[in-house]
Amino acid sequence: MVTVITIYSLLGIFLAASLIKSREKTVRAFRIAWKALLKTAPSLIAVLGIVGLTLGILTPETISKIVGAEAGFAATIIAAFVGAITLIPSLVAFPLAGSLLRSGATIMTISAFVTTLVMVGFVTAPMEIKMLGKKFTLLRNGLGFAAALVIALVMGVVL
Amino acid sequence: MKDTLKKYLVPIILVFVFIGLAIWAPETASRTSKVTFDYFKEMILIMPPVFLLMGLIEAWIPKEKIQKWLGSGSGVKGAAIAFALGTLPTGPLYMAFPMTASLIRKGAGIRNMVIFLGSWAALKIPQLMVEIKFLGAAFTSLRFVLTLSALVLIGVIMETLLRLRPDKTWLEKKDEDAPRMRQGKIKMQDPGK
Repeated sequence: MVTVITIYSLLGIFLAASLIKSREKTVRAFRIAWKALLKTAPSLIAVLGIVGLTLGILTPETISKIVGAEAGFAATIIAAFVGAITLIPSLVAFPLAGSLLRSGATIMTISAFVTTLVMVGFVTAPMEIKMLGKKFTLLRNGLGFAAALVIALVMGVVL
Repeated sequence: MKDTLKKYLVPIILVFVFIGLAIWAPETASRTSKVTFDYFKEMILIMPPVFLLMGLIEAWIPKEKIQKWLGSGSGVKGAAIAFALGTLPTGPLYMAFPMTASLIRKGAGIRNMVIFLGSWAALKIPQLMVEIKFLGAAFTSLRFVLTLSALVLIGVIMETLLRLRPDKTWLEKKDEDAPRMRQGKIKMQDPGK
């Protein structure tokens, strides 16, 4: 809700300023926005569906079962994959990670989960590809995944 | 017709998956539809203003400014600006993609955009607070430092790779997306390139 209020107030201010300064440029902004929205619509719908599917199938309970079932390095790899494909709001994700940690998961596993969760966006990939290109998306998410594994390893050793 | 079909291929496949779920796993299907609907509500509220903000950026902010602040030659300062913009308490990551696309069209460097997207997703201030609360300050600060270093590294690697082998299909599409911008770009880029 805070997000929505912030965005709309920002937009209101900028839009007012824009209208005062130049009607023509404001119209152009609307035109650019409309065109971009139309072009992105298919990938937005795809993202919606994929988010629904992954979150509907991979509920927090399922995740803790999957991540908790294995031990050692296998658990870390599984956690990294689960984190990469899910898109959970941080208000849900961090309490979940905390409870997994208390119920016996290793630091390495939890860091893998948390880091891929925020760094790799499988469900938002259709949109990222649409807006930023296939190469950019694959590189960013692929390198992000590799980095997350290294980060998890370091954190497991240090903490 | 074929083009439209291709464009909506993933949504169409998803519709079939949903129908399949509704038949064979009704419980999962109802949960899935509920989540989808929740996110739909969120998106329908957030996306129109995001695209409008993007339109305003495209219409108002001159290319040279973005190039200077966030371009490939902007150095540590550019990276710091990208990081600061990313950590601001804003919305979900998919909001950032259209913004990033317009910043790139305006001349922002790939390294800085990777840092921007990465800190938007992984290093947001409100998110860090929640993380400290549930996973502790040691965990959070170590992850913060490691993630930030990784982002800079990934950014440098990607900028180099994409400079050596640019994403041609995307570049073509990008110009097609913004024919107006292209005219402006040619005019403004002439002296530099």
